Amino acid sequence: MTQPRVAGTLVWALLALIAAVVAARATYTADLSAFLPRQASATQRLLVEQLREGPAAHLIIAAIGGADAPTRAQVSTALAARLRADPAFASVNNGDAGELQRDRDFLFAHRYLLSEAVTPQRFTVSGLHTAIGDSLDALASPAGLLLKDWFVRDPTGEMLAIIDSLGAEHAPHTAAGVWSSPDGKRALLVLQTRAPGSDTDGQQAACEALQRAFTATRSVLGPSRAAALVLRMSGPPVFAVASRTTIKSEVLRLSSISSLCIAALLLAVFRSLPALILTLVPVASAALAGVAAVALCFGSVHGITLGFGVTLIGEAVDYSIYLLIQRQGDFRRALWPTIRLGVATSVCGFAALLPSAFTGLSQLGLYSIAGLIAAAAVTRFVLPGWLPQRLAIRDLAATGAWLAVQLDRVRPARVALLVLAVGAAAVLYLHRGALWNRELAALSPIPAPALALDEQLRTDAGAPDVRYVVVASAPEREGALAAAQELSARLTRLVDSGVLRSFESPTQYLPPLAVQRARQASLPPPADLTARLKEALRDLPVDAGRLEPFVRDVEQARTGPLLSSADLEGSPLARAVDALLLHGSEGWSALLPLAAPGSGELSAEAVRQVRAALGADAARGELLDLKGEADQLYSGYLRQAVRLAGAGLGAIVILLLLALHSPGRVARIVAPLVLAVLCVAGLLVGFGQQLTIMHVVGMLLIVAVGSNYALFFDRASTQGAEQVPLTLASLLVANLATVTAFGVLACSRVPVLANLGETVAPGALLALVFSALIARPLGESAPGAST
Amino acid sequence: MSRLALALICALANAGLQAAATAVAPSSLDQLLQLLATRQHGHVSFTEVQELHMLQRPLRSSGELLYDAPDRLEKRTLLPRPETLLLEHGVLRMQRGQHTRVLALQDYPQVVPFVESIRATLAGDRAALEHYFTVSFSGTLEHWTLELVPLEATLARTVQQVRISGERDAIHTVEIRQSDGDASVLTIGPTVEP
Repeated sequence: MTQPRVAGTLVWALLALIAAVVAARATYTADLSAFLPRQASATQRLLVEQLREGPAAHLIIAAIGGADAPTRAQVSTALAARLRADPAFASVNNGDAGELQRDRDFLFAHRYLLSEAVTPQRFTVSGLHTAIGDSLDALASPAGLLLKDWFVRDPTGEMLAIIDSLGAEHAPHTAAGVWSSPDGKRALLVLQTRAPGSDTDGQQAACEALQRAFTATRSVLGPSRAAALVLRMSGPPVFAVASRTTIKSEVLRLSSISSLCIAALLLAVFRSLPALILTLVPVASAALAGVAAVALCFGSVHGITLGFGVTLIGEAVDYSIYLLIQRQGDFRRALWPTIRLGVATSVCGFAALLPSAFTGLSQLGLYSIAGLIAAAAVTRFVLPGWLPQRLAIRDLAATGAWLAVQLDRVRPARVALLVLAVGAAAVLYLHRGALWNRELAALSPIPAPALALDEQLRTDAGAPDVRYVVVASAPEREGALAAAQELSARLTRLVDSGVLRSFESPTQYLPPLAVQRARQASLPPPADLTARLKEALRDLPVDAGRLEPFVRDVEQARTGPLLSSADLEGSPLARAVDALLLHGSEGWSALLPLAAPGSGELSAEAVRQVRAALGADAARGELLDLKGEADQLYSGYLRQAVRLAGAGLGAIVILLLLALHSPGRVARIVAPLVLAVLCVAGLLVGFGQQLTIMHVVGMLLIVAVGSNYALFFDRASTQGAEQVPLTLASLLVANLATVTAFGVLACSRVPVLANLGETVAPGALLALVFSALIARPLGESAPGAST
Repeated sequence: MSRLALALICALANAGLQAAATAVAPSSLDQLLQLLATRQHGHVSFTEVQELHMLQRPLRSSGELLYDAPDRLEKRTLLPRPETLLLEHGVLRMQRGQHTRVLALQDYPQVVPFVESIRATLAGDRAALEHYFTVSFSGTLEHWTLELVPLEATLARTVQQVRISGERDAIHTVEIRQSDGDASVLTIGPTVEP
């Protein structure tokens, strides 16, 4: 080897080693974060943050089905007991009697701090008289049967006030003593994993522990009864684990299939093992460089990125195919400038993805840029030095010559392309109403049945998707609670006037300390209370002596400690507070979910009234329509993708103009690409596919990849006729490799990967064909070579 | 909750058992149940007296009961303060002032046998009735008493005995004796004319 060749190999080996170390040390994630936006409004950020890290992100709803209600209840109770001892779970709730009793006891013990009815007026003589009189009336009614046990300790009816304010609609149903679906066919458990939402390993361990505990609990029943019971679970941890498993297996499967197919293709073409191995060097280098670049810039590599990387195999292999097939020519002077411009246009296209709000997309952009540059550099600086003096590759000149003849034969038919363009445009126009899939779910790797199960279990558990939320934010927890308290008062007026059906607030479970202190201050000391009671009870059928327990409880509440979030720990009430009081990177937020009357949708007028009631200061309380936000988020994605694709196309055109100095040549290069995009869009829509963001990105990739073919045809039209056959042959082989890689991707079960594949695979093929047809007759500089 | 269920039974029993006369001469529980089951609709007034050990005087309430076969029952308390209790298709709706509380009966399994006993009584289904209670019939069809003693342990803890008495197809009183000594007596008044 000559000096520069040795140097090239050494540099390559060193860089490959560094990249390998970086790739080996990188963290690989497969959670759902790639589908969440990085740029968003403050409230959207809050929601996304909560989706990733909040209490909702580690909530599992499990349903035990089969057998009969008592058996399910027995297993539910035993399973809950087993899981409560497992450190993987922060809380386990199944609604069994002990738990309900604990909840009720907790509310009762703190009733004077929790009841909104506790005011100084209530403990005056007239206040006591009215409150106790009301309680006696209630005792005489059917509801009174609920209250009898509490009466001597709670004659003013604070417990009833609390129960009324909490509302019963949120609690799941009960069957045979444990939580159940409303139809009574499934026992329900609500669990919270200790691992945070971002810790997919921890989530997986918890999911497996749950499954193991269920199997063990069930086995006590004996094999025949045990077999009848099934456990189904859902929730963000389950989704995270499932999507990671899917992505992992998909990436492995797709890259294996893709590698095998391309290797088979190259082996069939070259009939030479050394040639095959040589083509794979740039591919492997590209993959390493891509992973290392993403790991260095993003901190972690997403599984989806590796999935996209499958396509890189098909592209990175192109350069070495050009090198090997056209190796007789002067690679450095004749071929390299075209490849270099091709790499530059592809990089322009992928660079447009870098600013994307999708982590997955921007990683794809960086991965591909680094990979393509690495593949091209290895092909240019390393591979030529490794080429053996005699490399026995099948001569493709004859094939190429045949291709050239065929091409010339069909070229006159290229006017038909206009018909094709008009046809595709017509299809798109006819479907213009339903062109886009506007559901964010279209991007989710979670299959529809799993989403349906999730919705069913959430409905069963009385935790349906909330649509309207008022958010009150403050730097401190107490500030957020105080804001929520004030907003509660304003929202109560809207409930009274019928604008809202109901609302929930964290202050129902955890009032701000100032409010708790005020309630404590409303309670009179024992001597005063006893004296006032005597007077208040004068014409009521209760003896003051009977209410001794009441006086004791009031004194205990008056002098006892205030309620803190630590007191709530482990109870279902804590779950409510955790869900409604969020600690994010920007402080604390209290959430007040609203329930609209009737259909569940607030009218524009109602929204206006709620906003007006919240006041002008948006920081104190902001109304969020979660469905509206999601729609907005998605249309934002879509707009951004279209804008980025447009920018990518623009950058490619400018680059070509600068490099070629000829608008006419640029037009001949760009026209087939635009036509290919149009036809693919027409095809997809014609076959009933609704377009997603990934289709838009795919169209950008058609331009980025297809521009390479167009550039080669551009070059071939100016070169000697003797080179045309080999150029055609190498283009065809390179194109087949790319189409294979994207074709494999199109078969993926992960929608984002499949959408990309089904766009680029036909698009790349069409780009080649159209480029061939639209280019000037090849080999023009040697007249007589072509007709 | 079981006491709520008892209130329900009272109401159900009262409205349901206010049955139309059929001129047979039954001499057994079966014959009484057959007689009562023919009733499709009822609208009567009631008064209720509850003796609670912690109060010096009994609590009195009164109002109206409405029944439509097979599973709709409404207890409208008018005094001392208006309150409505509606049982329909297994869902209990309690309205008092601005508050409405909704309970699904199956969420309170201890209630179910009571309701089932009434349903069974109205349907003349003695087997179902005896699934939950020891039932004893005494007296004659002209002047009868049904004594229901809960079989299930959870019910017996709060309820000792339910005693329903009447003449032919008309119920006069429903007495509920609770385990803590408290008792209530619901007395059915005349039919309210529509």
